[in-house]
Amino acid sequence: MRQKVEEQGRDGYFGAFGGRYVPETLIHALDELEEAYERYRDDPEFLAELNGLARDFVGRPTPLMFAERLTKKWGGANVWFKREDLAHTGAHKINNALGQILLAERMGKRRIIAETGAGQHGVATATVAALYGKECVVYMGEEDTRRQAPNVLRMKLLGTEVRPVTSGSGTLKAALNEAIRDWVTNVEDTHYIIGTVAGPAPYPRIVRDLQTVIGKELEAQSHERFGADPDAIVACVGGGSNAIGAFHPFIGREDVRLIGVEAAGRGMETGEHGASLTGGSPGVLHGNMSYVLQTEDGQIREAHSISAGLDYPSVGPEHAYLKDENLVEYVSVTDDEALAAFVMTSRLEGIIPALETSHAIHHAAAVARELGPGKNVVINISGRGDKDIGVVAEAIGMDAHEAEEAGSDG
Amino acid sequence: MGSERGNGGERLRAAFSGDRVALMPYLTAGYPTLDGAAEVGEAYIAAGADVVEIGVPFSDPLADGPTIQDTTTRALENGANLDYCLKLASGLADRVPVVFLVYCNVVFARGAEAFLDAVAAAGVSGLVIPDLPVGEIEDFAQLAEERGVALCPLAAPTSSDERLEKIGRCATGFVYCVSVAGVTGTREALPSGAIELLRRVRSLTDAPVALGFGIGSARTAAEAAAEADGVIIGSKLMQIVAEDGLEKATAWLREVREAMSGISGAKVGG
Repeated sequence: MRQKVEEQGRDGYFGAFGGRYVPETLIHALDELEEAYERYRDDPEFLAELNGLARDFVGRPTPLMFAERLTKKWGGANVWFKREDLAHTGAHKINNALGQILLAERMGKRRIIAETGAGQHGVATATVAALYGKECVVYMGEEDTRRQAPNVLRMKLLGTEVRPVTSGSGTLKAALNEAIRDWVTNVEDTHYIIGTVAGPAPYPRIVRDLQTVIGKELEAQSHERFGADPDAIVACVGGGSNAIGAFHPFIGREDVRLIGVEAAGRGMETGEHGASLTGGSPGVLHGNMSYVLQTEDGQIREAHSISAGLDYPSVGPEHAYLKDENLVEYVSVTDDEALAAFVMTSRLEGIIPALETSHAIHHAAAVARELGPGKNVVINISGRGDKDIGVVAEAIGMDAHEAEEAGSDG
Repeated sequence: MGSERGNGGERLRAAFSGDRVALMPYLTAGYPTLDGAAEVGEAYIAAGADVVEIGVPFSDPLADGPTIQDTTTRALENGANLDYCLKLASGLADRVPVVFLVYCNVVFARGAEAFLDAVAAAGVSGLVIPDLPVGEIEDFAQLAEERGVALCPLAAPTSSDERLEKIGRCATGFVYCVSVAGVTGTREALPSGAIELLRRVRSLTDAPVALGFGIGSARTAAEAAAEADGVIIGSKLMQIVAEDGLEKATAWLREVREAMSGISGAKVGG
């Protein structure tokens, strides 16, 4: 029988958010996925395969690292990095893709599709599809194929077909539309690996459960390293999968502050941002009820963020619930602030973080100072930033052909 | 209850109860222009439409293929907001029952009750909401019934018998059978699963049954008409309007009307 998750009242809902707002054609596939998940989630053979690959293929557990120089620079709480950037393929996305390919295999699906923004989920999906010998198609906004070109090449090398999407602004929202249309058309033999804690039920719950490995490791590592829960955990939120994964075991614990950081883009006041929770309102996009960026007439607005992974006008429904229940704080950080954090972290800690992650790093400075010395703040380093170097170099005017002195680390 | 033009469900059922299978052409509100869409509706009625389906433009129409997506994108650029769509419907609804195809975020943005009040006042008889399936539609169905606005839920080849029964009970207008797993678009032949779906729905519900998604020729329309109470044609008409203009589209629609004539379908009672 189905094991109900405590915070979900109505099946597939988190409070008032979630649900299955999809064409009838997909309902059967969602039921099938839900059945498969309920059947295998606690199955010893399934878990042995998942955990074995998590260890040998992905490289889990990822380390919890003390960021000594950042701690000194900020002069507040001890700063720790949960190193999801060290997971195979360079981001937390692999945790979800791996679990879902195991489900797809057991459901007998021969073909895999996915959407991708920054390309990290696309690469993770292409990787597990290669591992399991599945045909794979990834939809990616045309604008994103340009700004994340290295990831397009990685997917192609892994044997995946990348289909650029030109509708709308050519970013993640359009890629999701096309992936859903593909799924409606090929639902019999195709499994759709959604990359974040969004989409119709049961996806938000499945992706959340698969990403919760981050939070579980973090809890054990925190106790091992500093003998307590973290005082705060900071994570970036686009769709919200890395944040949910890091937060989940700690939700409702009074002495752990959980902070989600959205993309304020060019500034909240400009309207050009990707901050659905801090700048949107309840609505339906891509199969679930959540916070969305929309006009008065219910048309979905284009989001903006310098980081392709946060450039999305909605957010996972569980985050909408956590916001309304005041269980997680949500803030936003601009493109420029994220860029500065990107450069600073590269020079100070020897880690080039993803632009998405850089939003969380920027805000963690304020949190560390608020908490003060002796406390512990963990930043979920959701991914590495190699994919972003072109965008960053352009934004800060760096040229590979000019000799340039390394900046001081201040 | 219902608008001054009468209860939506009753009007729709009357359209299905004649001795011919209902011809149900679709148009995108605001396409090719704001005024042009009204001309399309008039032309459809002149060509023998029994019901006109009006697509309310939405930025992210997941159930639609490229042809209708292009028209809705253009319509939004033309400024086709909900109030415009209501006016357009009101101008046609005295002569034929009008059904809105509308995505649920447009409904919820207005507020379910305010939206239903507005469509009832405009004389819209029924609603097709492709992303509000059985399981999510129940609260809304109650509000719609109170206002005499009929619901026309989708049924798919992948739907279980259990779901088809529930869909039938929700269908105060008609059951909108999707001919194939896929998005809207034109297909040369009627997929084999379409006829099977029509028969399954027929055996499990009493509601009128219409077939849509992919009716791209007079022949497929006639094939569908042999089994259905209504035939919905969208992408093909929008494609002809876009490429060859309204006159050609209307001429083609008359051909379809002709091909469907004399086919009484497997009618529902009354």
